[in-house]
Amino acid sequence: MLELVTISLLNGIVYGLLLFMLSSGLTLIFSMMGVLNFAHASVFMLGAYLSFQLGRWVGFWPALVLAPLLCGVAGAAIERYGLSRVHARGHVAEILFTFGLAYLIEELVTMVWGRNAVANAVPAVIDFPLFHVFGSTFPAYKGLMMLISLAMFAFLNLALKKTRIGLVIQAALTHPRMLSALGHDVPGVFVLVFAAGCALAGLAGVIGGFMLLTQPTLAHAIGPIVFVVVVVGGLGSLAGALIASMLIGILQTFVVAVDYSLLDLFRALGLAVSRGSPLYELLAIKLATAAPVVPYLLLVLMLIVRPRGLLGTRDV
Amino acid sequence: MIACTRRILALGFTIACVAGPAAADIKIAFIDPLSGGGAATGILAQKTHQFYIDAINAAGGLNGEKLELLSYDNKVNPQESLIQLKRALDEGARYVVQGNGSSVALAITDAVQKYNERNPGKEVLFLNYAAIDPALTNEKCTFWHFRFDADADMKMAALTDVIARDKKVQRVYLINQDYSFGKAVAAAANKMLAESRPDIKIVGDELHPLQKVNDFSPYVAKIKAAGADTVITGNWSNDMVLLIKAGKDAGLKVTWETYYGGSPGAVTAIGEAGVDTLKQVSEWHRNAAPELDATVAAFSKRYPGKENEYAYWRAKTMWDMFAAAAKKAQSNDPVKVARAMEGMKMTTSLGDVEMRADNHQLLQPLFVSTLARNVKYDSEGSGLGWKTDAKVEGKATALPTTCKMERPK
Repeated sequence: MLELVTISLLNGIVYGLLLFMLSSGLTLIFSMMGVLNFAHASVFMLGAYLSFQLGRWVGFWPALVLAPLLCGVAGAAIERYGLSRVHARGHVAEILFTFGLAYLIEELVTMVWGRNAVANAVPAVIDFPLFHVFGSTFPAYKGLMMLISLAMFAFLNLALKKTRIGLVIQAALTHPRMLSALGHDVPGVFVLVFAAGCALAGLAGVIGGFMLLTQPTLAHAIGPIVFVVVVVGGLGSLAGALIASMLIGILQTFVVAVDYSLLDLFRALGLAVSRGSPLYELLAIKLATAAPVVPYLLLVLMLIVRPRGLLGTRDV
Repeated sequence: MIACTRRILALGFTIACVAGPAAADIKIAFIDPLSGGGAATGILAQKTHQFYIDAINAAGGLNGEKLELLSYDNKVNPQESLIQLKRALDEGARYVVQGNGSSVALAITDAVQKYNERNPGKEVLFLNYAAIDPALTNEKCTFWHFRFDADADMKMAALTDVIARDKKVQRVYLINQDYSFGKAVAAAANKMLAESRPDIKIVGDELHPLQKVNDFSPYVAKIKAAGADTVITGNWSNDMVLLIKAGKDAGLKVTWETYYGGSPGAVTAIGEAGVDTLKQVSEWHRNAAPELDATVAAFSKRYPGKENEYAYWRAKTMWDMFAAAAKKAQSNDPVKVARAMEGMKMTTSLGDVEMRADNHQLLQPLFVSTLARNVKYDSEGSGLGWKTDAKVEGKATALPTTCKMERPK
């Protein structure tokens, strides 16, 4: 029991940090620009593909730096030449723009790398067991992922709260006119923020690419869950996103470990449900089978009970 | 051109009628995942069918008519498949080829049955090359459905034969996808292990959502905690690759008894850790015969690259049998072809095959194989490949059926 709890907790933390890594760029862009970037998961996928390709040409460590940079440059170009023209038309136009962009990126990677998963194996330098717990190994690449995820959190917090440019960025959302009157380049700030958000997505893609499967459906596989993280955490709150990621990661991992169903609960309460009763099939579903629903259940509950999320400052 | 004009009249308005290649005479609808989680599997199958259809056409077609493969993306979704089937029928398809997803096959077989009842003279035949829920050739069997892959029970029987002889197997964990096929695998494993090795303890019977799990680590932790020495799984495509990858990452030491250990990417994902521990049951593997079949070599030449590694031997058997049946019937009419196919026997380079007349299930040799080093033909350029543990002859794979087929008069 202790073994399962320990390993589940570890798996939960790993999954939670993976979710945070995936959603940090989205949170940044949303909190500092007010844009809900539907193409976020697609940029993440682009990062995975770029790191796979660069990894073949120049090796893993350079790819770890270059892939996010390229995603950042792509992000800057998207904001500068596309999204910046859409801002004035409001949030619906922005969402539609990024929505279309997601499809464009998906088609692009399909054209370049094909529909099948590419052989994006864990790079040999980080493919060794880091330590053992109860006879299970813990791979080094997961350790690197956790490190990067926490580094992202620390970097974003420091950059936004403690630096001058961070203050300017924060002001750009709420007081854009005052800021430009003071001589700051507000569109430039937005380009910077969007580029940074995309670079973070690209960095997540480097690691996520070989943790998951690098294929054109990668964006769909993680797209919904990052929105859950951002909404549950509180739109625009980094710390909230971290807490939400960990909550979802740990909760989902533990639910998988629970082999009981509502039927067992009724039995424990002394209620007999016969095979013929109308809801028998539904009641007999093990909690473990329903694990992937947990994050979305959390999303719906959160929107009903506390629409601003855990640490959010404004309602959805 | 005639077909074209007729269609314009039927539509009641003029559309540009492109003078492309001459319209094919036999339209075959391929309804399978061409995008989404199952796309890798679906697209490889599409290429394989196209390859054999091209071979039939190159040899002059069937009864003077050529075959044309029309592809429809169903995203492994039964509802979507029915929409695509409707489209295919509107476009004149008389044969339907599908395989990925038994839930889809059950929906199609039902729809085809109804369509054929309502449209006598325009019957459609369903050629199933991979959906292996036993129900399709038992309680849900129809005259219009022919299956060219061994069903889940037949494969499980072959697997349990091998497991029964291995005294090291004591604690078995079942993990399967939560839909009709996964449940069929779990049911077959529970039943057959109880019969052949009552001493084996089934320490887990897990169902997880189909193609939706990103991280299998929690499941691997459960397998480990249950103290399993063997895992039986019917998982395919992403679910197979990610499961085995999570197992490798956690250093899980079990024997994997699988249906689709040969899924594209699985051998790459497990690598050396799979040697002697990854097993699969299949109608073919690269080292099933001393030499690769000539068509396999030709396929690899036409579709080079790792992602195109040949996997669907049963597609060859299917098209060979289809062509033989059309020749025997001297017609390409689905009803006549179906009658000719019933009870048909053939010999392939791997052994004798027979299409059972009572439930339309193909009997073909099955191989239980293990991932090994130093094999003649490796998989995915990994240096590792499949080695036969046991071969079960086609006749020996036959199981009783509950099928009560209604044949057209």
